[in-house]
Amino acid sequence: MRSSPATKSRSFHQLPVVDVRTAIVDGPIDVAALMREVAEHRNGATIAFVGTVREVNDGRRVTGMEYASYRAMAERELETIAREAVTEFDTSDIVVEHRIGVLELGEASVAIVVAHPHRGAAYDASRYMIEQLKQRVPIWKLEHYADGTREWVDPTRDGRWEMGDGSESLSAQAEDAK
Amino acid sequence: MTVTVLLFASYADAIGANSLALELPPGATVGDVVTHVQALPGAARLPQNPLVAVNERYARRDRAIVAGDEVAIIPPVAGG
Repeated sequence: MRSSPATKSRSFHQLPVVDVRTAIVDGPIDVAALMREVAEHRNGATIAFVGTVREVNDGRRVTGMEYASYRAMAERELETIAREAVTEFDTSDIVVEHRIGVLELGEASVAIVVAHPHRGAAYDASRYMIEQLKQRVPIWKLEHYADGTREWVDPTRDGRWEMGDGSESLSAQAEDAK
Repeated sequence: MTVTVLLFASYADAIGANSLALELPPGATVGDVVTHVQALPGAARLPQNPLVAVNERYARRDRAIVAGDEVAIIPPVAGG
């Protein structure tokens, strides 16, 4: 990508092999190690977004979180999102890991690391990937509450994400991708 | 034809299974799979129009299913 002429088409299949790495992992995420993976002298900015388990959600005290996934599809969708970012933001120095299983408060559930010659594109790529991840990657959270109960987090419950809209746009993406 | 349907998270809890083997006529669509699943005990807790994936990709209601396809009913995702 970097060595391509600026006028080259941006469609995915014309890209050379890029070194993005995305993974669904079962153990702790080592953010420093991810940052080393994207370290290149051509880059002037590295953005590490780290999502962590928060102690209060929707006013209820949380003691832990269990992440479940449709693993094969989650891996595929994560990689697709990272490759979209390669095309859109012109860097392939991208590593994304999402952890599943039982996590304690404060532990990292997701890390998105992007390096780029300039900070603007690095911030934009990072933001793009986390927002797309939250809409498209089939991962679910079972919150464990202080009162002993557990509940699946439903982002549609408080209107943050309208089911109908999401369904239509994701289905449209599915068709467009054919 | 037999089609495998995967259920996850709140949907798996509602229906009491992580996967189903549905017998469907040839030419059945994603919409037909949803109709079958919504007729199951416990399925009243599913939304009218859930997200569906076929072979790990989001799919529209009119997508035709063929034998051996893996269909997944996808609850609202909540990663991150």
